Amino acid sequence: MEAAATGSKKLNAKPAKLGRDVQARLGQQLRAMYDEVVNQGVPERFSELINRLDGNGKKDGR
Amino acid sequence: MPIDESVRKAVLGAVPSLRAFAISLCGNVDRADDLVQETLLRALANIDSFQPGTNMSAWLFTILRNHFRSEYRKRRREVEDSDGHHAESLKSQPDQYGHVEFREFREALAQLPADQREALILVGASGFSYEEAAGICGCAVGTIKSRVNRARTRLAELLHVNSAEDFGPDETTRAVLASGGE
Repeated sequence: MEAAATGSKKLNAKPAKLGRDVQARLGQQLRAMYDEVVNQGVPERFSELINRLDGNGKKDGR
Repeated sequence: MPIDESVRKAVLGAVPSLRAFAISLCGNVDRADDLVQETLLRALANIDSFQPGTNMSAWLFTILRNHFRSEYRKRRREVEDSDGHHAESLKSQPDQYGHVEFREFREALAQLPADQREALILVGASGFSYEEAAGICGCAVGTIKSRVNRARTRLAELLHVNSAEDFGPDETTRAVLASGGE
């Protein structure tokens, strides 16, 4: 509920409200970047680590 | 140390998102994977302190976040400008992130204060509620909300966006955004 009059340049001032469209696009870009890594799945290094810790040496089929 | 099947599933299921979080935090894939590995080792060594029925993913994120913070403080003492260092390491290894179209965004993200960056990622990308993010960061819900707001405002400034039309100067970003939407 900010009076929209003043600019968003002052970093230490309370942040001015971003438009919904800008927030939405920032959010999309953030998720796209994040999901690029998520979509790489589980690297072998980690499934092997879990197997090793599990101690029974069984291969994880997945 | 046999691992319960449900624990194993939950832990492995959280790995992709833990990696994405770690990379966003530290800006370096190798270091991020080391962070994830250390997190898994700690988690499984302390699995008894996990309360069944609670959110395994949030528990693992908390361990990773705390470990990163203590490492970060250590490195801060070792390396003079750790924030500048973070931004610089991004610039020198752009291809570590795969697609170059996120580089500008990553560089902007890297310039945010660590508090704001982690809050924004947890809420905006990892999909945690403000309450869960507050639990992970060990702070009040209101603090998380204000950090997320500040992070968004700062990002918009760094990327010079005032309206949605200012986004995606390059076609690839547009394409990614268009296909990744909804």
